[in-house]
Amino acid sequence: MITFDKTTKTYEGNVTAVKGVDFTVEKGEIVVLLGPSGCGKTTLLRMVNRLESISEGKITIDGQDSMSLNQTALRRKIGYVIQSNGLFPNMTIEENTMIVPDLLGWSKKEKKERFHKLMEMIGLSGEKFGKRYPHELSGGQQQRIGVIRALAADPPVMLMDEPFGALDPIIREKIQDEFLQIQKEVKKTILFVSHDIDEAIKMADKIVLLRGGELMQYDTPSEMLVRPKNEFVREFFGKDRAIKSLSLHTIEDLRDMIGLAEFDDAIADTKTINVNHDLRNTLSMLLNQEADQVIVSDDDGNKLGAITIDIVQQYLHYEIKAKPAPVLEGV
Amino acid sequence: MNKKKVISLVVRYSVYGLVALFFFWAIRNHYFDYIFTESSTFWHLIKQHLQLVLVSSVLALLIAIPGGILVTRKSFRRAEWVVSNTVNLGQTIPSLAVLALMISILGIGFKTAVFALFIYSLLPMYRNTVAGIDSIDENLIDAARGMGMKPVQILFRIELPNAAYSILAGVRTAIVLNIGTAALAYVVGGGGLGVWIFTGIQLFDNGYLISGAIPVTLLAIFVDYLLRLLERLIVPEGSKPPQEM
Amino acid sequence: MEKWMKFLEVNSSRIFDLTIEHAILVGLAILVALLIGVPLGIYLTTNDYLAETVLQIASVMLTIPSIALFGVMIPVFSIVNQGIGFVPAFVALVLYAQLPIIRNTYTAIRNVNPQMRDAAIGLGMKPIQRLFRVEIPNAFPVIMAGIRTAVVINIGIGVIAAYIGAGGLGVLITQGISRGDNYLIITGSVAVAILAMIADGILLWIQKRFTPKSIAN
Repeated sequence: MITFDKTTKTYEGNVTAVKGVDFTVEKGEIVVLLGPSGCGKTTLLRMVNRLESISEGKITIDGQDSMSLNQTALRRKIGYVIQSNGLFPNMTIEENTMIVPDLLGWSKKEKKERFHKLMEMIGLSGEKFGKRYPHELSGGQQQRIGVIRALAADPPVMLMDEPFGALDPIIREKIQDEFLQIQKEVKKTILFVSHDIDEAIKMADKIVLLRGGELMQYDTPSEMLVRPKNEFVREFFGKDRAIKSLSLHTIEDLRDMIGLAEFDDAIADTKTINVNHDLRNTLSMLLNQEADQVIVSDDDGNKLGAITIDIVQQYLHYEIKAKPAPVLEGV
Repeated sequence: MNKKKVISLVVRYSVYGLVALFFFWAIRNHYFDYIFTESSTFWHLIKQHLQLVLVSSVLALLIAIPGGILVTRKSFRRAEWVVSNTVNLGQTIPSLAVLALMISILGIGFKTAVFALFIYSLLPMYRNTVAGIDSIDENLIDAARGMGMKPVQILFRIELPNAAYSILAGVRTAIVLNIGTAALAYVVGGGGLGVWIFTGIQLFDNGYLISGAIPVTLLAIFVDYLLRLLERLIVPEGSKPPQEM
Repeated sequence: MEKWMKFLEVNSSRIFDLTIEHAILVGLAILVALLIGVPLGIYLTTNDYLAETVLQIASVMLTIPSIALFGVMIPVFSIVNQGIGFVPAFVALVLYAQLPIIRNTYTAIRNVNPQMRDAAIGLGMKPIQRLFRVEIPNAFPVIMAGIRTAVVINIGIGVIAAYIGAGGLGVLITQGISRGDNYLIITGSVAVAILAMIADGILLWIQKRFTPKSIAN
């Protein structure tokens, strides 16, 4: 869908922000551009909708060289979300959301329908919020409006520049979940800039790790965590990268692999957890409570067994540290 | 009612009282009489005054606002520094001097006064236009470009609506200032209510003084009020400053 | 140009005297305006009702055309035999300086970071200590900006005061107009502009010098 071909960005005075980057984003994937500040991730993103020019190499979208396309038409086919939401203070929520459809000349009826559909997607009332102005909404609400604004004209490609970076952690997590849910439905091809490793692991189908404008590794999150290509990648994900990688596995995976423990009915106030929960959260739950075990149940509430810190540790050892080629499917 | 409110009310009504007292005193001394005994002259002066203000303000509006917009375009950014500094320097030249200097260029009369008032009104309008557009969050412009808005669309849909508050405040300041400066038009033979004020000063005639000065003052206050109402109507709801004083 | 130099040479002492006169008129007016405006601005932060009233009055005052205010001052002050000259001009300038000074003091003190204020209270500072050690130092640049606005406005309006016999650089301009002498007009205007720039420069220096480094942008 989007191919970067030796893409390079050089500023006046010979500062090179992006150096010959090569990779391809497949249709319907979320690719996170990750790296320390100044690594060129935002520049790379902005080169796609030509907010930054391309010095050398090229970017092709759907097989077409982006430079050969009309700039305005190109941008209208690409949704764009930025960190500070970029909502226009002089427009109502409805006007803000419908600005691209408006530029494209949609009818009033089409716009109204689309607006309400999008608002439904993020669980806000179109009736209630449509006539309000951005400053009357909370930060989280504003950011979600920013996201649906980018989706408004149903563009095949979305560029998201640290879209959730300004939100506090709890709200950020919620909006990430919500966005992944939306993505399941809309299946956009998404480039997503982040400097937050946890966010990248959670959101990405693949991660592009950049450093000083150069591509360090382009891989799935688990591959990157388990088999970093070089020292930089290893250091970037940190010593606890094994634990981070736990968020890519569910209790179900563990159950298939080594099975659960018998649960002990004698312990009265043991918590229950769904089998589809990821292991990282499960581990923190285990560490935060007094009891040694948490009961695992399936979607219907049937108790399947119990999970303990020991079992998680075992799984970590077998599945992640020792196994030569980790299973990636179904992550 | 609490004590703070009482203090505030006392101050407010004392000021009203002082103003009322002034009018009572002025009327008792027949200082407003000329407005009625020479009413045709009075209305003629008012008309002249309004013409001076209207013509010069409209001209200034047509030059200053497009000028401010032009200077904030990307390709003119470098010129902004020069223009803004010239404008700031211009601000320190007294209004009376601008009027006086026009005499040597344009001679004496209505046109000279209009031209001087026009020059003097450019400054606040231009400055507020530039400040208003400059103060817009760059992320907004970035977002607008990113979603494929053309420069003209960005100007009319984003920049001008969000700068409207500042631009209109500049226009109001300029026009109100202009009403006052137009009272000086007398010195270049431009007419207006200043004629009575200066006659009053020269003849030590309090009647002419008050009959000229008070209508000019009321005109300025009234126009200021009117333009504030207009601002409230024009400025888009979401881009008004949080609290209006 | 040669004529110019000659003109300046002949009139230099007079120009200098008038500049001093102008500076004294404006300087005294600003000083008095400060003594009224700053404490009033500070007091207003404790009384929102009064703040609204006072700021409204001050903003209406600023819309009064200068020549009209001078015109009104003459008959009013002739009641006490001071109709023409220094007194009415001085009073008018004090009034004009009020809005920028009061408004800036009021908003600056009000906008002092509430956490900083809380911290000061937490440290056990008394209100007066808080005012002088925390609030005023942090509000200083904004208050100074208000004073600078007031000074530049007053230097300009001071020119008009020549018409009511208050002297100053306006005298050069008004004489120039009545005699049709451009040298006088230009000299007067340039002197006013230079005076305004020097005054603003000095105040800006004071503002920078006494603004705590950590809050200077």
